[in-house]
Order: sequence, then C-alpha cells, then structure tokens
Amino acid sequence: MSLSLYPSEFRIERDPERCIVCQVCVRQCANDCHVYDEDDDCIVSNERNCVGCHRCATLCPTNAITITQNPSDFKTNANWTARVIKDIYKQAESGGVLLTGMGCDRQLPSYFDRMLLNASQVTNPSIDPLREPMELRTHLGSKPERVDFKRTGEGFDLTTELSPQLVIDTPILFSAMSYGSISYNACLALATAAQTVGTFYNTGEGGLHKDFYPYGENTIAQVASGRFGVHAEYLDVAAAIEIKIGQGAKPGIGGHLPGEKVSEEISQTRMIPVGTDAISPAPHHDIYSIEDLRQLIFALKEATGYRKPVSVKIAAVHNVAPIASGIIRAGADIVAIDGLRGGTGAAPTMIRDHVGIPIELAIAAVDRRLREEGIRHRASIIAGGGFRNSADIVKAIALGADAVYIATAALVAMGCHLCQKCYTGKCNWGIATQDPYLTKRLNPNIAQRRLVNLLHGWSLEIKEMLGGMGINAIESLRGNREHLRGVGMTQNELDILGIKSAGEAW
Amino acid sequence: MKRIYIHEEYCIGCRLCEIHCLVHHSESKKIVKAFKEEFPRAMSRLVVEEQGYLSFALQCRHCEEAPCVEACITGAMHRDPETNAILCDQEKCVGCWMCVMVCPFGVIKRDMEIKQVASKCDLCQGEEVPVCVRNCPNEAITFEER
Repeated sequence: MSLSLYPSEFRIERDPERCIVCQVCVRQCANDCHVYDEDDDCIVSNERNCVGCHRCATLCPTNAITITQNPSDFKTNANWTARVIKDIYKQAESGGVLLTGMGCDRQLPSYFDRMLLNASQVTNPSIDPLREPMELRTHLGSKPERVDFKRTGEGFDLTTELSPQLVIDTPILFSAMSYGSISYNACLALATAAQTVGTFYNTGEGGLHKDFYPYGENTIAQVASGRFGVHAEYLDVAAAIEIKIGQGAKPGIGGHLPGEKVSEEISQTRMIPVGTDAISPAPHHDIYSIEDLRQLIFALKEATGYRKPVSVKIAAVHNVAPIASGIIRAGADIVAIDGLRGGTGAAPTMIRDHVGIPIELAIAAVDRRLREEGIRHRASIIAGGGFRNSADIVKAIALGADAVYIATAALVAMGCHLCQKCYTGKCNWGIATQDPYLTKRLNPNIAQRRLVNLLHGWSLEIKEMLGGMGINAIESLRGNREHLRGVGMTQNELDILGIKSAGEAW
Repeated sequence: MKRIYIHEEYCIGCRLCEIHCLVHHSESKKIVKAFKEEFPRAMSRLVVEEQGYLSFALQCRHCEEAPCVEACITGAMHRDPETNAILCDQEKCVGCWMCVMVCPFGVIKRDMEIKQVASKCDLCQGEEVPVCVRNCPNEAITFEER
C-alpha cells in the first residue's frame, strides 16, 4: 500500500498536565484515534482517523483534549484551495465518487443573513407575548376557495366540506430522517418530542417500526421511490403522507442505505432482506409527469379514504415555482420544498454542494407564482433546508412559507457535531449509526428533552419577534414581506425575494 | 430509601462513574491530584461490568437483608440508622474479607493499599446525589426512590 497524500484534517492536542490517562477517550472513539500505550502508561493519538466529532473532548473529565484544524497549509492558491487538492488526493486513492453527509457547507451567500426584520415604534404598538395571547397554531392542508354557511336555529353550520388539515402548535416540524439513516433511539426521540410539542416528525423513506405506531398521530409517513416499508397499515397509522420526489442535499439522485446497516429490525421495517442494500431510484419509476404524480396522490388518498393530507416533497431547483404549481394542480395538499443547504445521511459531495438553489429564493418564487395563479390557498408550503434559528423561520414565513422542516438543527440539539461523516455509520454520538456499541450513546429520554427545549425556546423567540412587529398570530406574518428588508443584495435579488432594500419605507 | 438504579441500555461504558467515584474517595477530591499525586491511588467503589456491547455500572445494592452485615465478625459492616445505607466502619474492619465472600453482587473490594479494609459504595454520604450518578453523561444510572 502506497503512502496516502491526504493529510490529517485535525490535530488532537492532549495537555499532559491535565491528562490522567483514564482512557475515556480511548473507549469513546469509534475511529480509534486514541490508543492506550501500556508500556509507557500514556495515550497516543492517531490523528489521521480524526473526523472532528469532539466526542472525546466533550467527555474528557479534565478537559485535557483540544481538537483543532490541522494548521498545516498548502501553498496559497485561490483556485487550487486545500479543499480542492484534498478532494483530488482522496479520489486518486479511492477511484470513487466523493461522499459526504449533512448539508452544503460552501460559502454561498445566505439570504437569511441578508434580510432584516421589522419592529413597531410609536405609530403601531408592539405586543408583549408574555402578557397577551400570541397564536402560533398553524393548519397545514388545502384551504377551500370560499366557505358557505347555513343558518340554523342556534347559529350557523358550515356547509363547505373542508380538506383534512394537520394542526401544529408551532410552525416547526421535524424533517424526514429514516430509520436506517438514523438510529432507533434517534427516531424514538423525534417521535416523542413531536408528540410532546404538538407537531410532526417524518419517517423518511425507511418505513415505520411497529414500536412507533403509538406516535402515529404525530407521524408523517413518506412514500419514496424505493417504496420501502409502504403498506396499508403504514399509511393508516400516520397522520399524513408525503411523496418524496427530491431532497435538497441531492436533487435528482436517489438514495442508498448500505447493506451493512440493514439489520434484522431495519429489514422488517423496510420489508427487504437482511444485509441487502436499500437503493432508492432517482425517479419514481411510475412518475414521469405531473399526470403520473396525480395518479399516485389520488391512489394514496383513495387508500386512506381522503382522511389524510398528502404532501409532495421536492428539492428547490431552478424551475421550482412552476413545478410547485403543477404539484398543487395534481392534488397535493402540502408542498414541501427542500433547499440547497438541506442535510442528508449520505450524498455525493459534488451534488450536495453544487445542485439546487437556496431555500429563501425558492420560497419567494413559489409563493409569488402560486399567488399569481390564484392557487396559493390550495396547498400549504413547508420549507426546509438549513434553518439554523428562530429568526430564519420568521423570515421564511414572512417570505410565504406556512411552516418549516428542521432536521440538522434537531440533530445538533441531540448531540450532532456536524462532522459530516454520517455515511460511515460510525457516528460517535449514536445518531447516524446502527452499531449497537454506538446507538446506546443516545439516550432517547435526554434527546427528547433537548428537542422539546429547542422547540420551546424557538417558539418563545418567534412570539417575541411577532410581538415586536405588532402581530399577534403567525397567520398574519405569512407572506407579509413588508416586514422584511434586504441588505447587501442586488436589485434583482431583492425583486426575486419580493422585498425592499433596508432604508426604504412602506 | 433512595437507591441507585441501573439502565444498562444507556450505559456507554465510558467509566466516568468509576473515575469520579475514585476522585470522591481520594484525599484531595481533586481529579488531577487524585490521579497524579496521591499514592497509593484511591479506589473506585463501583465496578463497570462489560460483555460485548452490554455494560453497566454496578455498586452496592444496599440490600434490605444484607449478607455482608450478617457475616461481619467485628460489626464493622453496619446499616446507617439515618440513611439506611450499608457502610463499613474502617476503624472496626480487620480485613477478614467475609463480606467479600458473601456479597451476591461482588461489589465489595479489598482495599489492600491503604488499610487492608473492605471498600464499598457509601452512596457518597453527605452528597445529595452520588457522584457516579451526577457524572454519568447518559443517565444510565439514576438515584431515586421507587
């Protein structure tokens, strides 16, 4: 075996004054970065294996470990950056496609960071959410064109038949992550947290483990191109169904769960033999047009007696607005749009980093197109892909989204350190792994508590921001772009977002 | 009484419980000192049992009918009237190891370095929560009344 040219990404610095050789780091690293040397009674570092997950540094009882980026630089070159050179070394050694996990990490402009929110001063009063009611409840689903009433003896009766709606207590849902890509404990934490908060989690394309049926009222069941784990009971148990066409991290390509991860439990859930690769094709082999999509939407509606809303999830791509229009005309109750920065358990690096468009622009484009066509009421929009905090959520809703999907933020709340090595199955935090040594590291009770705390904190912040704007219901913010102003954007970008530049009055 | 309960499904085998137990029962109660400057080193009063991916921290169960108390020839092993914890009076202990022989859980150890006495979990007398429970990163041991 020849010398690898790929340098260590990280430095493991161990303070000898502090290290007590307790070997917690040795026991916690799934990548064998720390090795106990019996002869010298010390711990030596194997830096080449370090992925920068910080498990060792977090658990070290004396804070003896510091993980830093390897400071060793290549010669400065604006075109041939260290990242480019290292990628080439990696491929020259492996001959394969570069793989990665989580969302696009390139330094592309973040439109969230270039948008600023409004607040009331003098001419309209702000509202204190701790003293006055503030409504975050959101109804997701198709809304009627108009509502008709019938006068009865006591009052009025609604004569319009309403479409099924998903009711969420805060405009935040957990995005699709399959059992297989994440561990049983991680799925359980998401399900229980969704139930506690009054929102939904999404099964991803991995089917639904029977243990999670009790959380069906808070479950969105995904039907993806591989159709793993899709059966009558699966559709019946869930509160809504989502047809997955695309994913922000990898638009246009399918998924692949390696056979090593397909354990007995996962095989039962996905309805495939133990140890076989679970390959989701790039397209649904029965969907090649909007008309085909309509067939599947209505097949699923028929199968569930028109009692559950059907969502269609697409990646934000250049043509996202007309595609969303087609999806709504095909009968979807919800359109989920996943932006460029959306995460994944595994994707080719080039696809993740270079395909798709930022979610901010996609929301604005879709919302405007649907309004122009007069069909905005026919479906709700859930936006996903890189929502980092409550301000991002408020901005997305002001651009026209009904609610947002979060997944990366949820994983981070559970302990994820964004090392982007989900695809290796060696997640030291027990999230993106099926290794029994590692999965028990995620205590679902702790993870649930942390998820609930996160949603609680974000909801409070959203209420504060709404109150500041003088709004007392999230409904009043939706598509209310007057509350947004742009900084550091071109006129064209401002026009696409449909917002004014900072400094421009109403 | 409040006892330490084990949730082996969440034990990650990091042995931080052992480390903090040792520190708590050291002279200085300071982690770096306890490991680097105190010789003989203090002993952890608990053991982490491991087989394959299954592991759990085991310490004295403070049995209702404690065989160690019955077997003790000097009366060193006794039940604390206030806390109900089984404690070993090191002044009385002569190191006959009868308690070690009869303990059904194997959690009484011989402290050969210091005084030739029996060493066992004292539920960190004086602490609100035993240090092993407080420092478990994954709540794999809990201190509760059931």
